[in-house]
Amino acid sequence: MRAVDALMECLKAEGVDVVFGLPGGANLPTYDAFYDAGIRHILVRHEAGGGHAAEGYAKATGRVGVALGTSGPGATNLVTPICDAMMDSVPVVFLTGQVRTELLGTDGFQEADTIGITMPIVKHSVMIQHPLELPRAIHEAFHIARTGRPGPVVVDIPTDLSRADIPYEPITDIHLPGYQPTTDGNQKQIRLAAKALANARRPVIYAGGGTLDASAELTELATSDRLPVTCTVMGLGAFPASHPQWLGMLGMHGTRTANYAMDEADLIVAIGARFDDRVTAKLSEFAPHAKFVHIDVDPAEISKNVPAHIPIVGYARNILPRLTAEYRALEPDPSRLDEWWHRIRSWQERYPLSYVDSTDSEIKPQYMVQALYEASQGDAIVCSDVGQHQMWAAQHYHFDKPRRWINSGGLGTMGFGLPAAMGAKVGCPEATVVCITGDGSFQMNTQELATCAQNGIDVKVFIMNNGYLGMVRQWQELFWDRRYSQVDTGQYPDFVKLAEAYGATGLRLTDKHTLVDDMREALVTEGPVVVDVRVAPEENVYPMIAPGQPARNMVG
Amino acid sequence: MGEPGTKEILSLEELEAAGSFRTGRKHIVSILVENKPGVLTRITGLFARRGFNIDTLAVGPTDDETVSRITLTLDGAVQSIDQVTKQLHKLINVLKIRDLDPSETMARELALFKISADGANRAEVMQVCEIFRAKIVDVSKRTLVAEVTGTQEKIDAFERLVRPFGLVEMARTGEIAITRGRTET
Ligand SMILES: Cc1cc2nc3c(=O)[nH]c(=O)nc-3n(C[C@H](O)[C@H](O)[C@H](O)COP(=O)(O)OP(=O)(O)OC[C@H]3O[C@@H](n4cnc5c(N)ncnc54)[C@H](O)[C@@H]3O)c2cc1C
Ligand SMILES: Cc1ncc(C[n+]2csc(CCOP(=O)(O)OP(=O)(O)O)c2C)c(N)n1
Ligand SMILES: [Mg+2]
Repeated sequence: MRAVDALMECLKAEGVDVVFGLPGGANLPTYDAFYDAGIRHILVRHEAGGGHAAEGYAKATGRVGVALGTSGPGATNLVTPICDAMMDSVPVVFLTGQVRTELLGTDGFQEADTIGITMPIVKHSVMIQHPLELPRAIHEAFHIARTGRPGPVVVDIPTDLSRADIPYEPITDIHLPGYQPTTDGNQKQIRLAAKALANARRPVIYAGGGTLDASAELTELATSDRLPVTCTVMGLGAFPASHPQWLGMLGMHGTRTANYAMDEADLIVAIGARFDDRVTAKLSEFAPHAKFVHIDVDPAEISKNVPAHIPIVGYARNILPRLTAEYRALEPDPSRLDEWWHRIRSWQERYPLSYVDSTDSEIKPQYMVQALYEASQGDAIVCSDVGQHQMWAAQHYHFDKPRRWINSGGLGTMGFGLPAAMGAKVGCPEATVVCITGDGSFQMNTQELATCAQNGIDVKVFIMNNGYLGMVRQWQELFWDRRYSQVDTGQYPDFVKLAEAYGATGLRLTDKHTLVDDMREALVTEGPVVVDVRVAPEENVYPMIAPGQPARNMVG
Repeated sequence: MGEPGTKEILSLEELEAAGSFRTGRKHIVSILVENKPGVLTRITGLFARRGFNIDTLAVGPTDDETVSRITLTLDGAVQSIDQVTKQLHKLINVLKIRDLDPSETMARELALFKISADGANRAEVMQVCEIFRAKIVDVSKRTLVAEVTGTQEKIDAFERLVRPFGLVEMARTGEIAITRGRTET
């Protein structure tokens, strides 16, 4: 069969049920194979939309997402999603077309050195050199994307090779001598960690994106005693926000309670979290009294930013049950945590997340998220873009389950939200999928509304329209003497008309008194809906750790 | 130092001082890799991204034809070279990495020196070569080419001695290395 038909067989063998892409000259053979391969292909309007959709699909389902683009501009349009997937450890396989082999290196039509351009932002990449390599390369790509620390893999396929006639045998024996992730965790280290935890008087569990598939195990550990839990923006939902041991998110816009608890902790158990600078704030004053247990599947994360006293390398879902068992066996005295909880409760009482609501009908952005939480009964998959709205969504939509909160954290990619929501909805058709976006971010991939309308992908977009690139405006206000430079987006475009032009329903909401009901109506309206919610334009996200400050100096 | 994201002005001195965390200890890193296209680029790219300057680099086959050895030398702070080593491990085609301990390691480099040697100083040049066990591999009317092997330091010393005679050209391979005793490199 043709190599591209073998490619289809490989995708099916990997359990791929949907791919997102856009054709061009160099991947014509692949698209010919899709014509009757029986794999759902969703035609996006921009490759970046396809890439982020594959990420949204992967983040919502935990399965590997797949995105396709042609050579040259198709591949370069995928660069942002590839980098985004790298930063947030998202398993996505990117299949790019490449010019035919005799044109390689000649600046041929639509030739770009895709492997070279993407080299620093992939977990792995390969250009097919011989058609017989293709099936194995595809299976290796899925294996690498999915296992260890997940991430993006690029497979670049020269168009002539993809038309070659090859014998196809299913491949099941993947063996990569240079890639043997440690997944189990060292038992001795686990025992040490249990002991440290049993002796701790002010422990905190700091859980990140690496715990999203170990949510039950994490909750089990935390509740085997009264261990307080905080999550990064990537880990939200791994521990239920409604649980009394929940401290809220930590970091730059986390709760005071979570940040103060880190600041005073004597033991921090970091699980699938990578001590990002948005979390540590001023590194030299981060958690000054704490010893660190660090559980991560990537050895390079151990002691990268903060030296770990007890490192444990492996999958959280493998390690946590054994840690819990060892911890229980030590029969730690729960009353040793009384004083700590007393302190935590006093912070919670003094510093709840709060804001000053309007006295008229104006919608405060924080209230917008609370209203959406109420209207969706806290049960939606929430995809977000990047900016103030992202932080308010993280603070005020409370996630009780993992994979309900999908955002771009590491790269902070504006334009991520809508396509990610599209991918999440395709992956989880039964779920209510909403996108909380900003007037700026939404315009960076609006074209995917057409994809949603055409394919009946039922996403509900709520634009927090403050008329500003709000997050940048906030920094200019607070740290650059209010010199608002290039952050005013004005009243353009008319999002309601834009939605209608795309074949979606457009609504505009301006009154807080009817907001919950109006949102409910939007949620039950069939098909894609875009809701332009006009909010107070100059609200700031608080609390906040100002740049260069330690957590204990939070403001607002 | 001035805080990121704020309007505080940075002095050039501060900025430059912040980057100078090198210990100056020389590292010899030996890397076994699968013999596949692009592997060298991935490795050097990784060093570049973490701000390391590679001093020398040597690549060659091993006893296994599917595996190549890359030996590179560089200066680095201990902390961050560990970080690069861990990042290198994450490259799928990298099989093994050793940051070699100089006291446990045999390191050798090959160098070719083209030295001006007309009648007057030729004998003197040849004497220096002899002391360094350098081989004369080419002789012309005005120059001779000497081949030297040894540690980087020995070759540096040879260079210092012959430079006054007039060094026309020099080519060095960069060190390759292997551990002493029975342990594998
Ligand atoms: C505007 C903006 C503001 C932000 N503000 C904040 C903030 O206030 N607070 C905040 O927390 N973040 C914030 N972020 C996000 C921040 O930039 C980082 O993306 C985030 O902190 C990283 O989350 P993480 O540590 O959970 O790591 P992730 O990026 O989610 O990485 C996951 C880690 O877990 C490991 N891992 C993966 N799978 C497993 C497994 N199965 N078992 C064990 N380990 C595994 C990986 O190796 C990796 O180290 C903000 C981002 C933006 C754009
Ligand atoms: C592609 C891209 N360009 C620029 C930025 C820098 N940036 C971060 S937040 C932000 C403002 C986003 O504006 P909007 O989507 O309206 O959200 P708001 O902050 O107003 O809620 C910008 C420009 C970015 N994160 N991504
Ligand atoms: Mg805005």
